[in-house]
Order: sequence, then C-alpha cells, then structure tokens
Amino acid sequence: MHELSVSESVLKIACDHAKKAHATAVTDIYLVIGRLSSIVDDSVQFYWDFISKGTLCEKAKLHFRREPAILLCMACQNQYELEEELTPCPKCGSAQVRVVSGDEFNLESIQIER
Amino acid sequence: MSEDRIKIVENIMNANDRLAAENRSRIDATNTYSVNLMASPGAGKTSFILATINALLDQDIKIGVIEGDTAPVTIDSDKIKAAGMPAIQVNSGGGCHLDAVMINQALDEMPLVGIDLLIIENIGNLICPAAFNLGTHSNVLISSIPEGDDKPYKYPNIYRGLEVLIINKIDLLPYIDFDMDYFQKGVEMLNPGLATFAVSCKTGEGIEAWLEWLKKKLH
Repeated sequence: MHELSVSESVLKIACDHAKKAHATAVTDIYLVIGRLSSIVDDSVQFYWDFISKGTLCEKAKLHFRREPAILLCMACQNQYELEEELTPCPKCGSAQVRVVSGDEFNLESIQIER
Repeated sequence: MSEDRIKIVENIMNANDRLAAENRSRIDATNTYSVNLMASPGAGKTSFILATINALLDQDIKIGVIEGDTAPVTIDSDKIKAAGMPAIQVNSGGGCHLDAVMINQALDEMPLVGIDLLIIENIGNLICPAAFNLGTHSNVLISSIPEGDDKPYKYPNIYRGLEVLIINKIDLLPYIDFDMDYFQKGVEMLNPGLATFAVSCKTGEGIEAWLEWLKKKLH
C-alpha cells in the first residue's frame, strides 16, 4: 500500500509541468503502469481526491493505461504474458526466461487549460 | 481558454530515485558499503543482522544499522545496540516500506565516518520495498523456509532487483514441505545467476559463505 507516496509523486510532477506551461488547470493525467508495478488504481484515485485539493490538479481525472509483463523464452524465443503468477514457457516448458517488459511506471502526459 | 495536451514521459519514482542517488554519494564519501535488507515479517532480518555482527566482532569491522519499523517499537534497534553497534530507528508511521527520503534523514543522525558496513533493515513486506530505491550498493532479500517455496512465483518483482538472496531457517527443512528445486527455478527465471546463500541463523550453518561474499565488498 504505497499508493499515497505514488500519488504525491504524480501530483508533484504534474504540477511542475503545468506551472511551466502556464496552465490554469490540469483536467486529465495519463499514467502508464506496467503489470510488474503493484499499484491499485482505485486507491491512487482515492488519495488523489484529497491531496490534489487547492492545487492546479484539483479535479483532474487520472487515466491508467496498463501494460502487460512480457517474458521471452531463451530456449524457443516464444514471447508470452505474465498473468497472475510466474510460469515457465507455456510452449516448451523451459524456465530459461527473461522479463522484457512490464516495469513501466510513467506519467506520460497531462491535459491542461490555459 | 485553450486546451493542450503536454507530453511528459517521466518516471513516477524519479523524485525518490534522485534522492537515492544523493544517499549513495553520502555513503560513498566515507567508503562505507551499504545493504538494503528486505524480507517478509518474521523471515529473520534482525537475527540475520545479529548473526553477521557477531561473526565479524573480532575482525575490526564496524557495522551501523538503520532499523525500519512501522511503529515506534525499539525491540530491534535495542538488540543491535546490545551487540555493541550503533543503530538508529526509522519509524515509517504505519507505512509499508522505507523510501529514499527516510534514509536521507536517517543519515543525518548516523555519522558514517568509521562505519565499514551500513545495513538498512527494511519494513517486513515483499511488495512495496521493491519499488523504492534507497541508494544502497546492494539489495538483499531473506526468504525463509516456513514461508513456502512459491514466493518467487507470487512476488516476482522483489526477486528481480537483488544482488543477494539469503534462504534462512534451513534447519527447518526436515519438518516443512519446501521444494528447493522449485523455489530456485522460480528465482532463476527472475534473476539468473543470483548469488544465493542458504543459512540458518539459529545454528550458524551457511553464514560463513555469506561473510566471504560480504568481506570482498568491504574496503
């Protein structure tokens, strides 16, 4: 449950960029979160409503885009998605795998008014 | 009034990571080696620190400990002080992890001059600590036998950023259904070639091999 610190970081980054752009308000915030980053969307939104009060980001809507975690099998080059639990390659059964994506944890863009 | 979309693409953890880099500079300034020790509650973090301290007592190696706790309970830091090493307590106020800010403040209270090894005992948790870089030289995870052999499969992320894995409580292997091959296969998928030491803090088995690894890192 580190959603509060995450919400605070998002708020700071968004406000900094909004100020630089001379925005009067931020209406939308677009986040890209990989499957391997454990964040509960609803919980971030919950904190957000409290911590954004009185800032440029007050009333901004958070949009989460989830990116899957992709594993690459070193034995047969099959790429597959890590779902709930880590599994060996479903095609050949090898455990020689590498994580190739799923770590994304970015604030991608904001929609502002000015 | 006009509306604009501004592209940012900034990692949300950037503020933490910048401070972690500052922590690292402070730690490097005194030639101190630093370890972020993570585990679930009850895996044996404090016992492992004490086993390390006690094994190095006669070797002129000074160890400082930053104890993370969720509440102002000083049981752990008292044990470290009783073993003759400086310890300070960081209270996360119910929080689930330590972050770079807390360590930055803790470093104000713990002078590192003369400290060869700094061990930071993180909050007992397998999820959140993995997301927060503290600025230490290495991340070490203790996984203990009673927790079960499925932990790498259920908590993959924490196994990925590790330099060392400690498997603790191996004295309990005869009593618990723990498939070591299955466990290590999961670890290998997430962190190939990870330095792994199977130990028992109770019997002292395996501690020597960990110390060998550690001593190579100390200046």
